[in-house]
Amino acid sequence: MFSLEGITNFIHEWLNSHLPATFALLVEFVLVGVAAIGLFAFLGLVLVWMERKVAAVMQLRLGPNRLGPKGIFQTSADTLKLIMKEALTPDNADKLLFNLAPFVVIIVAMLILAPISFAKNFQIWDINIGVLYVTAISSLSVIGVLMAGWSSGNKYSLLGAMLSGAQIVSYELSAGLSILTIIVLTGSLKISDIVASQENGWWIFKGHIPAIIAFVIFIIASTAETNRAPFDLAEAESELTAGFHTEYGGMKFALFFLAEYINIFIVCAIGATLFLGGWMPFHIGHWVAFNHIMDYIPSSFWFFGKTGFLIFLIMWFRWTFPRLRVDQLLNLEWKYLLPISMFNLLLMSVMAIMGWYF
Amino acid sequence: MFEEVGTTTEGDLIINLGPQHPATHGVLHLVITLNGEIIKKVEPHLGYIHRSIEKMTESLSYRQFIYVTSRMDYLSAHINNHACALCVEKALQLEVPQRAQYIRVIMDELTRIASHELWWGAMAMDLGAFTPFFHAFREREKINEIMEETCGARLTMNYMVPGGVMVDLHPDFQKKVKAFIQQYKAKIHEYDELVTGNIIFQNRMKGIGYLSAQDAVSYGCTGPVARGSGVASDIRKIAPYDVYDKVEFDEVLQTEGDSFARYMIRIQEMHQSIKIIEQLIDVIPDGNFQAKTKAVIKLPKGEFYQRVETARGELGVYIVSEGAAQPYRIKYRSPGFSNLSALDHMVRGHKIGDLIAAMGTLDLVIPDIDR
Amino acid sequence: MTKEELKIQILTILPTVSFEETGEWLQVLVAAEDWKLFAQQLHASAELQFDYLFCLTCVDWKTHLTMVYHLTSTTYRHNIVIKIKLDSINPFIETVSDIWRTAEFHEREVFEMFGVNFLHHPDLRKLILPDDWIGYPLRKNYEDPINMIKL
Repeated sequence: MFSLEGITNFIHEWLNSHLPATFALLVEFVLVGVAAIGLFAFLGLVLVWMERKVAAVMQLRLGPNRLGPKGIFQTSADTLKLIMKEALTPDNADKLLFNLAPFVVIIVAMLILAPISFAKNFQIWDINIGVLYVTAISSLSVIGVLMAGWSSGNKYSLLGAMLSGAQIVSYELSAGLSILTIIVLTGSLKISDIVASQENGWWIFKGHIPAIIAFVIFIIASTAETNRAPFDLAEAESELTAGFHTEYGGMKFALFFLAEYINIFIVCAIGATLFLGGWMPFHIGHWVAFNHIMDYIPSSFWFFGKTGFLIFLIMWFRWTFPRLRVDQLLNLEWKYLLPISMFNLLLMSVMAIMGWYF
Repeated sequence: MFEEVGTTTEGDLIINLGPQHPATHGVLHLVITLNGEIIKKVEPHLGYIHRSIEKMTESLSYRQFIYVTSRMDYLSAHINNHACALCVEKALQLEVPQRAQYIRVIMDELTRIASHELWWGAMAMDLGAFTPFFHAFREREKINEIMEETCGARLTMNYMVPGGVMVDLHPDFQKKVKAFIQQYKAKIHEYDELVTGNIIFQNRMKGIGYLSAQDAVSYGCTGPVARGSGVASDIRKIAPYDVYDKVEFDEVLQTEGDSFARYMIRIQEMHQSIKIIEQLIDVIPDGNFQAKTKAVIKLPKGEFYQRVETARGELGVYIVSEGAAQPYRIKYRSPGFSNLSALDHMVRGHKIGDLIAAMGTLDLVIPDIDR
Repeated sequence: MTKEELKIQILTILPTVSFEETGEWLQVLVAAEDWKLFAQQLHASAELQFDYLFCLTCVDWKTHLTMVYHLTSTTYRHNIVIKIKLDSINPFIETVSDIWRTAEFHEREVFEMFGVNFLHHPDLRKLILPDDWIGYPLRKNYEDPINMIKL
């Protein structure tokens, strides 16, 4: 069977049998770092291509179709173009912050990758506060956006960054509360525990209606947190030209662009882990034979399949809905989503205490 | 002309929207004074695409000057041409053959649909929805193909000439138009499903950019902008030209006066245009498509004014003739120019996002404003 | 209302006007100094209700300028054309932008194209041309050696 766990175990044993333990660990660090950056680049290329293809399907056209089969190399070519471009810094800009901002955004995105479980026993760091870590780190990305907007010396950027700040801070509340709803059931913040708790069924099925409500709120809030349409006020093209990254060009812009797609991948991965069982195959209660058949599909397929589905959902939103206005956006969060998710959390707590779930 | 970029002494923020901005659909330059995020004043600066068509026309003959008008409101090129042709015919007291009149009205209405389709897509794009644009172009493409077949051009048709139309219809014209009507009717419900019924869209549009009926008249608004405020201003009804008095259609009116009302007017106007075309397409009479005119047209001394209803509102052509082969003075009263003047009044106290939404419903075409 | 009825109504407002019979609509010749008051009464009069200024322009007759106002009523649908003779050296006239708001932009256009000075206009600046433009392009004696304005 094709298994990512087997590969990592093999590398680990091979290194330990040839090198002292300390060196083996160091080599493993380097390997993990290279793998993470490789995944970054790969995800960026694939997701941008996927977005363009999804958009094309929605819009009755073909999308990229010239470079390679189905235009798969189009994004690589675009990246090459962006690397070749001159990295301009506007005169009015605060040079240090302006150049630092894209890196803050991309590093934050990179950090969240650590606790995500890509397949069975295939995880960079199974930290015991995994979900808390993710929510805590992801709130840092707003700093990068604010830095970019403020330091550009452009009023559109400033307005975009301010809107983005208000938006991300608000929607973190709902996202956090809907994550808590599942934590109430699992009783653990550790990603591996959360996945393991879904062995006899995913939480979205086991948790009844509150879990479904939490899932819907999570998807809305995470769309808003990643600044995607219909919540893309920070970069509202038709209003603020490009919002906080108006002044960026070349590779610095590409880093913002990449971070956006990495963030989408991460929120969808978290959503898949919490609600759809992560790498856990589709299991139904005590149907041993059925569950056994499902186990034949490798766990990485399950994980990437679920994440891909959620990513598709978020892309579908983008190409369907018009954009909200800023006051409507904040109203939606503070007047609807937050009270609903608080009540939902209460309901779920009662259910967890009474044991009203599978 | 360019204000000092920076905050003013009162702490207001001045933002230059355009001349290169995705939402201005051309080279419109708005200087916006913001207080926080609330708009205090919007001041248009025009002229980035001013070609002084009125001055140019003073040295063009009455056959040539029609072609220039296609470049004004390029989305209603047919209707602009029509206005000029009508004005010359009025001055010459020329009887236009029935066939030409029917063709002109059908072409006008096709143009109106094409223009509203483009507006619908661009409007949705202003609000951040990209997909409707492509859906609109699916139908618009069919109209462009029909135009191309008969007129030889897709955008600046130059098909109307004094006395009729330039060439006869393409043999496939009727068949293609009927096929288009079929397609339109089969697909139009998608427009409402995709945009009109969307709750986000309705919240963005309702109550935004309110214009009372009194203000609409005072600002000289015409077309869907005026009708959205409940002002009957359809020239096709007030002063019918060609065969508009023979066809049956409703002047769509809404009384709300907000952006959503203007949106609904245009959607329903497309249905009305289809209705007009359906009434005419099967009964185009045979005969000449052009009346006999002299090689060099000379208008009698006097002043002539012709009003027509373009997709954006009332277009007036005012010709002052001294009896020569060229007009002494010509004035185009363009609908966009007056509609734009109401923008400041409409959006004060709103946010930038509302300005974009309200501006979208004005359906501005910049060459039409600048001329 | 027919042309004759309109004439009677207008003469009751301002007896000093004269009429021109040519053209589709009734043409009223007014003196520049009477214009402001006359315009206010045209707009306010219950019988006339000329609430809609659909065209405002100017014609350069070399010896003098003529302001041309096309008015209509959205209630009664009758139209008139107002013509006002102006001096071509120093043309000035009262603004009507407080009566018909649409005149604000149209008067700015006439101001930059013909050099007509509109008194008491709220914001009389160049609208289309750049601020440093010299000359009035739509006047008959305007020459521009750089830009093509004649064919």
